[in-house]
Amino acid sequence: MGALVGKDLRVELRTGEAIPAMLLFSVSTFVLFHFALDRRSVEGELAAGVLWVTLLFAAVLGITRLFVAEREQGGFDGFLLAPVDRTSLFVAKAAVLFCFLVAVELAAVPAFAILLLGPTPWDAVPELVAVLLLADLGVAVLGTLVGALGIQTRAREVIVPILALPLMIPLVIAAARATSPLLLEAGAEALPGRWLVVLGLYDLVFGLLAFAVFDFLLED
Amino acid sequence: MFARGLKPLSIASVVLIIGAFAMVFFYAPNDADQGFIQKIFYLHVPLAIAALGGFVAGGVWGVRYLRDGDRAHDLRSYVAIHISLILGIGALVTGSIWAKASWGHWWVWEEPTLVSFLIVFLLYACYQPLRFSIEDPERQARTAAVFSIVAGAFVPLNFLAVRMAESFTHPRVLSQTGGSMPGDMRLTFLVSLLGMAVLFVTLCKYELTSKQASMQLRALKRRLAADDDEAWLPTGRSAAPQQL
Repeated sequence: MGALVGKDLRVELRTGEAIPAMLLFSVSTFVLFHFALDRRSVEGELAAGVLWVTLLFAAVLGITRLFVAEREQGGFDGFLLAPVDRTSLFVAKAAVLFCFLVAVELAAVPAFAILLLGPTPWDAVPELVAVLLLADLGVAVLGTLVGALGIQTRAREVIVPILALPLMIPLVIAAARATSPLLLEAGAEALPGRWLVVLGLYDLVFGLLAFAVFDFLLED
Repeated sequence: MFARGLKPLSIASVVLIIGAFAMVFFYAPNDADQGFIQKIFYLHVPLAIAALGGFVAGGVWGVRYLRDGDRAHDLRSYVAIHISLILGIGALVTGSIWAKASWGHWWVWEEPTLVSFLIVFLLYACYQPLRFSIEDPERQARTAAVFSIVAGAFVPLNFLAVRMAESFTHPRVLSQTGGSMPGDMRLTFLVSLLGMAVLFVTLCKYELTSKQASMQLRALKRRLAADDDEAWLPTGRSAAPQQL
């Protein structure tokens, strides 16, 4: 499994297929939101909404690319020949996607703070990081599952977004509700712990579910 | 294989649906503050419940398909989701009409049940495109089964999340279908619900039977074509399962 993760990260480091594209996409979307909303800065609920919609669409970009090398260059066959448990591919892919998301957010969230965010919530950084990590986990799990579903089809670029977006609506609800009190103009308020619990539960349920059904997507 | 009990089921659904409508119009009283329009409730809610039940049933057939690989289970899963999607459109349209009539807007974001239903519907609307974009029948069935399981588990979770998002920000003032229905309304509702459930099963059985009949027809045609040394008939790409 470590080998699988290492392989994907090395491929990404050498080719730079996913992360730069996701990052550029995020920054362009922030600029787009500036003009579309006609605002110099956003705060509170609006800021949380802009941030999460951008990050999720960027994630969809990465999800679409996640299994392409496996499909097009025979990675699936190689993996199926290897004497390892099939779910290890799922765990590895989810870990890779999680790393991609964290890497993108390391740059995209500061860019958001500079470009669009009105208040500078230094005090709220730990809470923000917690929400981001929990949501990333959910996106990574769901994204791996949807990516594996989409790679079976001929219309990957279409199927992945239309499947991923409805499945991620509960994540957006929880993440945006948890983030908006942190980004208020009047200073950050306490983080609503309830939404962290929802995020955690969502991660757990879909993690287990994906773990159970992923095997069937590989059989050939 | 699927046609057993089709005639009694058809008769039962006709009788129950007619009976339910008769009760809606002639037995159940008009609602005190909404008047006549409240009667759409007896159509809207059973439609939505039948559709959600069908979605979950599709997931259960999906599990069974993955477990024993019987293609009939895949066909059942497909048909359950297909009919549920049709009922789901009905539920959304009637819900929208009801919202317009009683709250003045075609769409009300404060009603968590309606919003959750829309999200679930949007997700299941991807089922047919997903199937259609996979040619290999074996892989199509397997992928569709995985989708139906994930989506089936998503249904209750999504309802929970959307309900939480609303009920804590503002109280649910729009709830009218609370448990305090008077007896004659409740009876009418239960008969409508039963009628819709039986109708759902009947429709599923009809579609299953028709799909099976066209599969047999295709197999016979292919045999004839082979006898005549004709090229075999192409089945064409389809979202529905093509053979058992």
